[in-house]
Amino acid sequence: MIRVERRLRQPWWLTIVVPVGSLVVAAGVMSLVLLATHHAPGPTFRRLFDAAFVGQDDLNNTIVSATPLIFTGLCAAVAFRMQLFNIGGEGQLYAGSITGALAGLLLGEHSGWLSVPLMIVFGALGGAALALIPGILRAWFSTSEIITSLMLNYVLALVLNYLIFDSHSYFRDLSPEAATFPQGKILPAAASWPTFDLGGIVLPFGFLAGIVLALVVWVLYQRTRFGFEVQVIGDSPRAARYAGMRTRRKILAVLALSGLLAGLGGASQTGDFRHVLDPRGLPAGNYGYTGIVVAALARYNPFAIVVVAFLLGGLQNAGYTLQGADFPSGLVGVMQGVILFCALGSELLVRYRVRFPRLRPAEAAA
Amino acid sequence: MTDAARASAVRLSGIVKRFPGVVANDGVDFEAAEGEVHALLGENGAGKSTLSNILTGLYRPDEGEIRLYGEPVSFASPRDALDARICMVHQHFRLVEPFTVAENVILGDHRGEGRKFLVHPSRIERRVAELGERYRIQVDPEARVWQLSLGEQQRVEILKALYRDARILILDEPTAVLTPQEAESLFATLRVMAGEGRTVIFISHKLHEVKAVSDRVTVLRAGKTIATVDTADATPRSLASLMVGREVAAVERQEHEDVRGEPVLEVADLWAVGDRGGDAVRGVDLTVRAGEIVAIAGVAGNGQRELAETITGMRPPSRGSVAVAGRTLRGGDAREAIRAGIAHVPEDRLHTGVAPSLSIASNVVLKSYRDAIASAGPLLRLRAIRDFAASLIARYDVRGGGPDAPARLLSGGNLQKVVLAREFSGEPRVLVVASPTRGLDVAAIETVHGYLRDAAARGVGVLLISEDLDEILALADRIAVLYEGRVVGERDAETATVEDLGLLMAGGEAAA
Repeated sequence: MIRVERRLRQPWWLTIVVPVGSLVVAAGVMSLVLLATHHAPGPTFRRLFDAAFVGQDDLNNTIVSATPLIFTGLCAAVAFRMQLFNIGGEGQLYAGSITGALAGLLLGEHSGWLSVPLMIVFGALGGAALALIPGILRAWFSTSEIITSLMLNYVLALVLNYLIFDSHSYFRDLSPEAATFPQGKILPAAASWPTFDLGGIVLPFGFLAGIVLALVVWVLYQRTRFGFEVQVIGDSPRAARYAGMRTRRKILAVLALSGLLAGLGGASQTGDFRHVLDPRGLPAGNYGYTGIVVAALARYNPFAIVVVAFLLGGLQNAGYTLQGADFPSGLVGVMQGVILFCALGSELLVRYRVRFPRLRPAEAAA
Repeated sequence: MTDAARASAVRLSGIVKRFPGVVANDGVDFEAAEGEVHALLGENGAGKSTLSNILTGLYRPDEGEIRLYGEPVSFASPRDALDARICMVHQHFRLVEPFTVAENVILGDHRGEGRKFLVHPSRIERRVAELGERYRIQVDPEARVWQLSLGEQQRVEILKALYRDARILILDEPTAVLTPQEAESLFATLRVMAGEGRTVIFISHKLHEVKAVSDRVTVLRAGKTIATVDTADATPRSLASLMVGREVAAVERQEHEDVRGEPVLEVADLWAVGDRGGDAVRGVDLTVRAGEIVAIAGVAGNGQRELAETITGMRPPSRGSVAVAGRTLRGGDAREAIRAGIAHVPEDRLHTGVAPSLSIASNVVLKSYRDAIASAGPLLRLRAIRDFAASLIARYDVRGGGPDAPARLLSGGNLQKVVLAREFSGEPRVLVVASPTRGLDVAAIETVHGYLRDAAARGVGVLLISEDLDEILALADRIAVLYEGRVVGERDAETATVEDLGLLMAGGEAAA
């Protein structure tokens, strides 16, 4: 007889013990899988860890993987804090990447320092504008933002494809060299975002911006009237209405902010890493959807999002290193899946507790 | 009533139920006989709800034994309790609103008609009609539940129990939504049921009802059984002191100083649309002067909530106006109403009156977070907010948590103190309070009534919306009765009688 009961109090140490415990369980389950497929668990875990966080190159790759997840994680978290489920981080990231690329291409080679800030502004606006569509529908027509934002992801994925593959758009490289396979125009050098070298560890501008934004989001939500209203509306919309809060405006503002963050992530993809509008690489990353997982694992805490994005980035990145002739990519997927499953599943234990009540004689007899 | 002759229907002994940090039932003994109406009396948090949840299989006791008709039983789920023919009428009805009465009656019945793949509505409807006739419960079996008044919905719940041939029926504060006349007819039904050998367990706060309907009373306090007494030997006063553990003054009318002044709230021809469409408030005219307590009496669901919401800006008026101290409001804007000086203690304290998961400190500034006391520009002054909350907690004697504790952890009475503290801190001109003492225990009721009288004495115009006539008669200067969204009569509190008000509440305008 097992019973799951809701905890009335959540001791603080649970938030540390439970995630660590879930990793231990994940390692246990993975060991069984690895043994069954004739791989030695110990060395495999070692390789996984090394490939994620030890070598300089590995660490740099992990940071690259983590950067978009910080943005999309924040995107999901700021909306969820008000009980708005923005599933559209994916599409908003594409939108930001398109508008960011547009700014970079338009300004061209000789814009001096202007390219980078304008790409940031354009990327932010692109993401925010897209997120305002579900925002307006939600605020005035009570349409579920889950559905509308999700559907827009598909729209934007198609737009992305259209711009490069199916049209002679401004973004497409139409020079003779690129005639065989359609691809985007390479952005001018002035549109490359700066990097900061920290003794061999390369910190992209977007990564640092993500950390600063996490701080900004934290201050905004914990220390301002705006954040206070978001908390009240998220907890009890009726109480918010009772207190005279402008709920509609807040829905628009929060979804715009959410989209803005994802849009910045998209601009950072273009400016920091890809330097081209990339209709294949962007969707392959699944950044928007992974961001929801990041936000959930971080329990919507902005600082925890940075940490979780880093860990998850490492896991993703280690997967690429690990796979090879003797280690199929499917197994890598299983490994990542098990770890995520355990980490998300253990959330239950923070809010609920499992009890094994002893049967009393009367019940045992029955 | 002598019980030696009667067989024991249900006997709970040594029931212990612990929740994290609370022992809700701490060795409760309870026994009810066949054919009796047994009242269960106790303050909030005394353990009545826990006990009835154990008896209906919702909770399992940690310790103790349940015997039905002498046999020990153990309920693994509410279904087991239903199979043992124990039914409960909850305070908040468990009905599916879009379904008909007949459909609701067979809902969850997994043995009889409800189990069949094809439901025969006519057969059920006939059976429901028969039962209604036998127990003189009038409900149209084909009506949809959302069309019914709360009193009628309650009858559906009772029919549900009768349809299942309940041997034991538990009613949780059943009269809260009834007029005095409806309550009388409920009592008659309960007596008929008891006459057939069924056991009725009647949970209540209201001592005169307990006196009117029950054979015996069991009093719970702090999770323990204090006493079981024959109702005939008890007086409301003796029951009250058992309940609270000390002597209490019965709720009596206290004259407060008459400082009635200028009108502070003028409501003229106010109309508003309800949640289901249709006019819920239909042309209400009201005036509340400074220092006056005006009560709105009425059976729940006659537009009280909508009226309160419209006056306080939570609901836009479709016609008419609300003016505070001579200045007419645009309406439909709670912030405007707050700035004009309307304070509001809503009926649903836990989800409207506060944001339950937020701290007490946050809830104390729920309305004033934009003012200098709580924020400087866009930034919150967290320390100032905390200090302000601490001072209110001390002044209003809020127990059960400091400024950082989430509001939902407070008991009903303490939560209400937080709401009142916040509303008074805005120094209002008008105070709209809805069911301010519903679900509170005797001590908390005294406190809340004290605060309302103090507010009036300070010159605040109080509009008290309540379904509790005792409360209204104890506090109000004037009483307006709301029926189907209209004020059907106004009485001076000094000359009003319960019977007269009851008739008005039932829509009998002819009553003088």
